[in-house]
Amino acid sequence: MQNSLIYKFSTLFKTQYANMLEYRAEIALWAISGVIPFFMLNIWTNNGLNESINISDVMLSRYFLSAFFVRQFSVVWVVFTFEEDALLGRVSPYLIQPLHPFIRYFVQHIAEQITRFPFALVIAIIFFIFNPQSLWVPSLSTIIISLICTFFSFLMQFLMQSIIASFCFWTEKASSIEKLLFIPTLFLSGLLAPVSSFPYYVKSWIYLTPFPYLIDFPASILSGNQANIIEGIFIQLLWIILFFCIFKKIWKSGTRKFTAMGL
Amino acid sequence: MEIWYKKIYCYGFMNIKKYLKVYSYFNYSSISIELEYKINLFIDLITSILGLIGSVFLLSIFFSNTDEIGGWNFNQALIIQGIYTVLNGVTNTWFNPNLKEIVKYIREGTLDYVLLKPIDSQFWISFKRISPTGLIEILLGFFVLSYCFYLNNISFNIWSSIVLIITLICSISILYSLWFLISTTTIWFVKTWNATEVLRSFLYMGRFPMDSFSFSLRIFFSTVIPITFITTIPSEVLLGLSPAWKIILEVLVSMTFLIFSRRFWKFALRFYTSASS
Repeated sequence: MQNSLIYKFSTLFKTQYANMLEYRAEIALWAISGVIPFFMLNIWTNNGLNESINISDVMLSRYFLSAFFVRQFSVVWVVFTFEEDALLGRVSPYLIQPLHPFIRYFVQHIAEQITRFPFALVIAIIFFIFNPQSLWVPSLSTIIISLICTFFSFLMQFLMQSIIASFCFWTEKASSIEKLLFIPTLFLSGLLAPVSSFPYYVKSWIYLTPFPYLIDFPASILSGNQANIIEGIFIQLLWIILFFCIFKKIWKSGTRKFTAMGL
Repeated sequence: MEIWYKKIYCYGFMNIKKYLKVYSYFNYSSISIELEYKINLFIDLITSILGLIGSVFLLSIFFSNTDEIGGWNFNQALIIQGIYTVLNGVTNTWFNPNLKEIVKYIREGTLDYVLLKPIDSQFWISFKRISPTGLIEILLGFFVLSYCFYLNNISFNIWSSIVLIITLICSISILYSLWFLISTTTIWFVKTWNATEVLRSFLYMGRFPMDSFSFSLRIFFSTVIPITFITTIPSEVLLGLSPAWKIILEVLVSMTFLIFSRRFWKFALRFYTSASS
């Protein structure tokens, strides 16, 4: 049983990776569209905004580069794919297969991330050419820990979006809910400004939400800024478990509601 | 003489009448499609309000550390937010939904039918769909702008409002041309949805005054992707900071973009090979 699951996984992965490689030009464009943190960095350092939050230029540039990386490897788009599949009636055959449809999407995301990696690396190298003083090599343990955190961040977002995607069983157009959720993700996750720079009236409650654990926490670890590693990972895990339970529940009642569409 | 007169009448006025009529049909059909998803309209309203709150929040973070970025104080920077919101609403209402359609036309080969119609293909492709959700954002943007008038004590006269309208029209034409140029490249690359994401993320920087970026990025944003002309110059006009040459330059740039996008479309059509079976 265990063996067959691994077999399914690796086969799915191989086909999806080949599929993603075919669209490498698009994925390169996706990678480029994630450069917003660099522009934000430019605003921060060019106006000396970081002086009052006690982060040096170099540390801030490392932070934003890490934020770029974390974002690259935690981008999730499952709701859009699922919505299309649901509207075109492709979900019906997926539901019959002895494999949860979302495992397919999950593997798709992993394959896409691996395809994306070289492009992200090229962008990072270009960044270092322009900012040679911010070049740093994190220790192996830092890399491993931040990889784990980034993966957890990806899992959190994947599960959040899967929950929203399951709403497709009721509304057919769930992507507008995703757009709504994207707004707090964008502003509160630390992609545009590190969470440590937020005013106190936001800092007091932001750690109760999942958002700072999506980008700020992994990026802080990778860039060597202050972060409470054990606590952070623990909270990430809690969110993952919570989202997973919600997803299972919604999926169960959603599939009961499912009416085949299309074709 | 008479033929010349007739020509102007047939190709001018009658044409405008015809296009307006077709356009009203477009609006009618697409609004009835959109109204099918009523909850979506409501969610989109909340999304645009939250988006605005988010960017004001970001601005407030910037300004909690300093009094001005790039020579703009908070109240002035808020004007840029207002103009950005209006333009983003325009993009979401007209440009974005149509762009999705163009990709579909070309991938499925249904552009053939558009080309065969006795109507300008660029007109059909650019104005077929309209999404009313963006209209809410436009209203929201104007609301912010009027609040900014109050904050900045802007005395509003006819002259400045004419100039503002001109610059806004120019910004919209530049935006339209950028979107249309990218969608035109679909003819070669078929899937350009991601290129628009790149454009979107660059345009996102239009929320901030261009003077707050470093010199090299400012050059980039005024030549490669003319964001400076899209949001910063109209805001400067509102504040009365903009010299006349900047406004003239903006008009020239937008004309160039419009003409170029038109030419590019005509050029690209030569390479269109249908995709249907």
